[in-house]
Amino acid sequence: MQFMLLFSRQGKLRLQKWYVPLCDKEKKKITRELVQTVLARKPKMCSFLEWRDLKIVYKRYASLYFCCAIEDQDNELITLEIIHRYVELLDKYFGSVCELDIIFNFEKAYFILDEFLLGGEAQETSKKNVLKAIEQADLLQEVTQECQTPPFTMKMNI
Amino acid sequence: MPAPIRLRELIRTIRTARTQAEEREMIQKECAAIRSSFREEDNTYRCRNVAKLLYMHMLGYPAHFGQLECLKLIASQKFTDKRIGYLGAMLLLDERQDVHLLMTNCIKNDLNHSTQYVQGLALCTLGCMGSSEMCRDLAGEVEKLLKTSNSYLRKKAALCAVHVIRKVPELMEMFLPATKNLLSEKNHGVLHTSVVLLTEMCERSPDMLAHFRKNEKLVPQLVRILKNLIMSGYSPEHDVSGISDPFLQVRILRLLRILGRSDDDSSEAMNDILAQVATNTETSKNVGNAILYETVLTIMDIKSESGLRVLAINILGRFLLNNDKNIRYVALTSLLKTVQTDHNAVQRHRSTIVDCLKDLDVSIKRRAMELSFALVNGNNIRGMMKELLYFLDSCDPEFKADCASGVFLAAEKYAPSKRWHIDTIMRVLTTAGSYVRDDSVPNLIQLITNSVEMHAYTVQRLYKALLDDISQQPLVQVASWCIGEYGDLLVSGQCEEEEPIQVTEDEVLDVLEGLLVSNLSTPVTRGYSLTAIMKLSTRFTSVNRIKKVVSIYGSSIDVELQQRAVEYNALFKKYDHMRPALLERMPIMEKSASNGPTEIVQTNGETEPSVEPKHPPPVTQPANQANDLLDLLGGNDVVPVIQTTMPTKPASAGGELLDLLGDLSLSGGPAPAPAPSVPTSQPPFLLDGLSSQPLFNDIAAAAIPPMTAYNKNGLKIDFTFERANPNPNIAVITIHASNSTEADMTDFVFQAAVPKTFQLQLLSPSSNVVPALNQGTVTQVIRVLNPQKQQLRMRIKLTYTLKGSPVQDLAEVNNFPPQSWQ
Repeated sequence: MQFMLLFSRQGKLRLQKWYVPLCDKEKKKITRELVQTVLARKPKMCSFLEWRDLKIVYKRYASLYFCCAIEDQDNELITLEIIHRYVELLDKYFGSVCELDIIFNFEKAYFILDEFLLGGEAQETSKKNVLKAIEQADLLQEVTQECQTPPFTMKMNI
Repeated sequence: MPAPIRLRELIRTIRTARTQAEEREMIQKECAAIRSSFREEDNTYRCRNVAKLLYMHMLGYPAHFGQLECLKLIASQKFTDKRIGYLGAMLLLDERQDVHLLMTNCIKNDLNHSTQYVQGLALCTLGCMGSSEMCRDLAGEVEKLLKTSNSYLRKKAALCAVHVIRKVPELMEMFLPATKNLLSEKNHGVLHTSVVLLTEMCERSPDMLAHFRKNEKLVPQLVRILKNLIMSGYSPEHDVSGISDPFLQVRILRLLRILGRSDDDSSEAMNDILAQVATNTETSKNVGNAILYETVLTIMDIKSESGLRVLAINILGRFLLNNDKNIRYVALTSLLKTVQTDHNAVQRHRSTIVDCLKDLDVSIKRRAMELSFALVNGNNIRGMMKELLYFLDSCDPEFKADCASGVFLAAEKYAPSKRWHIDTIMRVLTTAGSYVRDDSVPNLIQLITNSVEMHAYTVQRLYKALLDDISQQPLVQVASWCIGEYGDLLVSGQCEEEEPIQVTEDEVLDVLEGLLVSNLSTPVTRGYSLTAIMKLSTRFTSVNRIKKVVSIYGSSIDVELQQRAVEYNALFKKYDHMRPALLERMPIMEKSASNGPTEIVQTNGETEPSVEPKHPPPVTQPANQANDLLDLLGGNDVVPVIQTTMPTKPASAGGELLDLLGDLSLSGGPAPAPAPSVPTSQPPFLLDGLSSQPLFNDIAAAAIPPMTAYNKNGLKIDFTFERANPNPNIAVITIHASNSTEADMTDFVFQAAVPKTFQLQLLSPSSNVVPALNQGTVTQVIRVLNPQKQQLRMRIKLTYTLKGSPVQDLAEVNNFPPQSWQ
């Protein structure tokens, strides 16, 4: 996978994960063009399209579009499954996830993604294991905050 | 100073902004606050500030001033800081900035951290955006972690190694030892990432590939793992809709593909498992189909036995019938890849593929179209073309050009009859005429010219099409050209193929003139129609009207049109005697065998008729010869030639052979108007200002023996023969006139006449002086077209001046060798 974008029906970016090195300007250009292209698709069309020299796999979940760019030798159908798995992970973590969850907790969405994919490939195929790792990491975050918080200052949530 | 606002608070605030300007204001205010906080080196709230910055970055605002802060967070001991710091690094930094190298040390430390989640963060960041320098520095650490027994770290290390190899391929070797027992892991995460790593190595290095095949016996291991996945019972941890770990299955199948490619042993070893997966996988959900898809790709790519291949194609055939359009799309893509190698198998699914032409999805339609063209052959051409033409009618403009080209190509290769071919072309021109590629126009003209028996039908259909619609330029151009050539057939109402229409000369001229004045016509089209009008001057009787049109355009603003009109005017005035010959019907254009459709020698009535299209080597005139102007006034060395043709002359009393003197005329073609009979005292014209260069190279002789045609009074005329390749109906005769008397024969003119069934063309002589005492010869080339292969006979007339007195003689030549006309 070269990159993954999440955006709303109005074209607002909610998450961007890039697995190829590109400058900011280039990323913005690609995002803009691709969002436009995908939003222009009609509901009856298939989930795949050719764009530049990449294959784009996208799926809409409620008000969010999940869009991945894969290479020629990658399997489009399994990419749909990858997208679905990510949505399931978010759903489990947030409890019936909706777009607002991802807006207000974008850093957590990234953490979950980084526990599922690494360098564009799946690193863990067990849903349970991914969620367990996130859980542990969250715990670690809280614990170290507790330890380091002087008793009289406020709890250091982000 | 008050604590900086929390992230969620900021997000909430920004979302209340009602306008872009309001949002920008809020952002700027917050950025200012964050910047001063950074300046104060505030450790406590750095994490919060960077997080806010990342949010604003996602909205599209600049956040580069946070880059160094991310590095500070990474260096911090707090896990929260590290988490946000690494996230910030991945979002804000990339290998283009030098700043990122400062991370290297932090990552190195964190790779050796006591907490696996910190190590995980480091591995993740390195594997996501590590530059080549970072990879070089840290490859050793990654390799170490690849050997750990901690599966959480091992799986991440494997993917990190993949990234390292992609960035610095030379480092691949160092990971080899660590891969030894990767596949004996039970943990699916490690298995999956290991397979990815092995795939990367095998794809990049043939040596690695060979090593893994032979030494490591990778194939049996993979087969075993795959088998376990399929056979084992329900495993809740990895189950997806009843299938156990589809992600791993797909990756294994992909690795098997690489191992089995061009290797018989490996392919055989995986044969059974592939068949098993292909037949047992549940196809009701996307998951199963994803595995089947990968299986099909593998089967088609390795050296599988034919039974397996047929199984694969059948799976694709079933995919084509699936309700899910994604599956159909994937099937069409795969079939397109295999249609060359497994053509017959794919043919079986032709009707389903053709149905996909009607799909709503653009990508599916495109693939179906490409596949349909690949499947067209001599047997199915009629049916397929019907579908494709229907598709052409209704498809989006983006497809029309490709579809039209495809139709032309297929029609050219497999047309069952000329009539069908012409009809198909007509259909394309009328439905997608404006999308047809420019080079099709000369191709079509050539095709039409060569379908001699269809001329009347073609011109009639094109004329009718013009009456309907003059907006599609390629159609208009082809139609104008045809009307110019075959207008006489149009008005004479001789059409065999369909009901002939009644149309008058004036109506035809109305249409052509309409094209000239219409806003829809491009300059090129106007050129075509002006030329067509001009050609009709020798085919129609209403010459005056044509003269008027032509003279009007002599003052056209369009330079091209003006030049044509002026020259045509000149044809009417000064060179009227040449007009019929110049505007004669075009001969059949030969395509040289090696030329593709785009390299037609395009000549039309305007270029010098002596530039014979049949002449090998092919004259490579530019494809838009139609625009070339006849240079009547010189400039070219090639000389206009008087064609002495007389097939349409009424037979004079006395049978077939014509009286040279009385009937030697210059009217060519089936012009109904009586041609003015030009007296034979044309010598000044024939010979004046002509270059004496021979116009033909020696064509490969077909070894026909030479003969003496005439030998009297010291003048001897020999004939030598050649066959004109590629048309065997044409005999090329070169006369050699020699003079054995003591004085030169000056003003030498050779003329010839042939019976009605022949056509003769006489080219200019090398000179009009035959030197005395056989010191030299005058040569002249005669070309005789003998389509009915009748016995060649010729009457010749010779005139010359010898020692001041004119000599004239007539003779018959009957002793042609049989090979010259058989």
